[in-house]
Amino acid sequence: MQRPWWEFLWDNDLWFAIPLIIAIALVYAGTRFEELPEILWYAARVARWIVGFMLVLLLVLLVLSWFQ
Amino acid sequence: MEYSPRKVANNIPSETRKAAPRAQPSVDLRDPWVAAFLAWLFPGLGHFYQRRVTKGILFCTTIMTIFVWGVILGGSRELGWGRAVYFSARPGDRRLPFFCQVWVGLPVFPAIIQAIRVNSGKEPLWNYFMAPPVLVPERDDPQDIYPPFTLDTLHKRLHRFFDFGTVYTMIAGLLNILVIYDAWGGPVAAVEESSEEEGPEKA
Repeated sequence: MQRPWWEFLWDNDLWFAIPLIIAIALVYAGTRFEELPEILWYAARVARWIVGFMLVLLLVLLVLSWFQ
Repeated sequence: MEYSPRKVANNIPSETRKAAPRAQPSVDLRDPWVAAFLAWLFPGLGHFYQRRVTKGILFCTTIMTIFVWGVILGGSRELGWGRAVYFSARPGDRRLPFFCQVWVGLPVFPAIIQAIRVNSGKEPLWNYFMAPPVLVPERDDPQDIYPPFTLDTLHKRLHRFFDFGTVYTMIAGLLNILVIYDAWGGPVAAVEESSEEEGPEKA
C-alpha cells in the first residue's frame, strides 16, 4: 500500500532544525540589542535569513540531483 | 564600567555604514571579567550579575533548552542520559565536539568528573550520565549488552539521535561564547543595513 504523501513530514529530520534556528536567532539578536522588542524583531530577521539560506541550499542540491 | 553602543558605532567610518546606528540604552557592565566568567559558568548568569535580567532569562532559557534537549536526545534510560556529552582524549577516541560543548560551563562538569574517574580506573557515577564509552567491550560482556557500552553500540542503539544530541549540545556551547562576549563587552553596535526595514518603534 502506498504511503500518503504527508507522512514524510513526520519522518523528516528537518523538524530538529526548528529549535536550533529559534535559539540561534534569539541569542544572536540578543548580542546585538539590549531591549526585548528589538531583540525579537531582529531575531525574526535572522531566522528568516537562515531559513532562506537553507532553501537556497535545498534548491542547489535538487538541481544537482537532476544531473546525477 | 559604562558602555554605550552608540559611542562605539559613532567611531565606525561613515562609508562602512549605510545609516545611523539604532539608539540603545547605555549598559552598566559592572566588572566585565567577572561577568564573562559567570556567563561561562552558567548561561545567563553574567547578565544576572549585571542586572540585565531580561537578557539573562532569554540566554539562560534558549541555551539551556537546547542543551537539555541534546542531553535527552543523546541518551536513554537504558544507556544513560547525555552519552553524547563526554570527554575523552584516549587514543582512538578523541572527543573533539567536547571543546564546543565545554563553553556551556557548569552543566558539562559531570562529563569532566566521569572522564577523570574512568581514566583512573573507577566506575562512572550517576548511571553513566555523560560517561565516556569503553573502547572495547568488557571482558565479561563480549556482546556489549550491559553499560557502559562502546561508542559503536551507542551509535547502533541511538541511531541518528546520538548525532542530534551532539549537534544540539555543541551549538548550545558555541552560542554561549556569544553570550560571554556580550557579558564582557556589551551588545555589538548594531548598524542599520537598510532604511527599508525598520524595527519596532520605540516609545
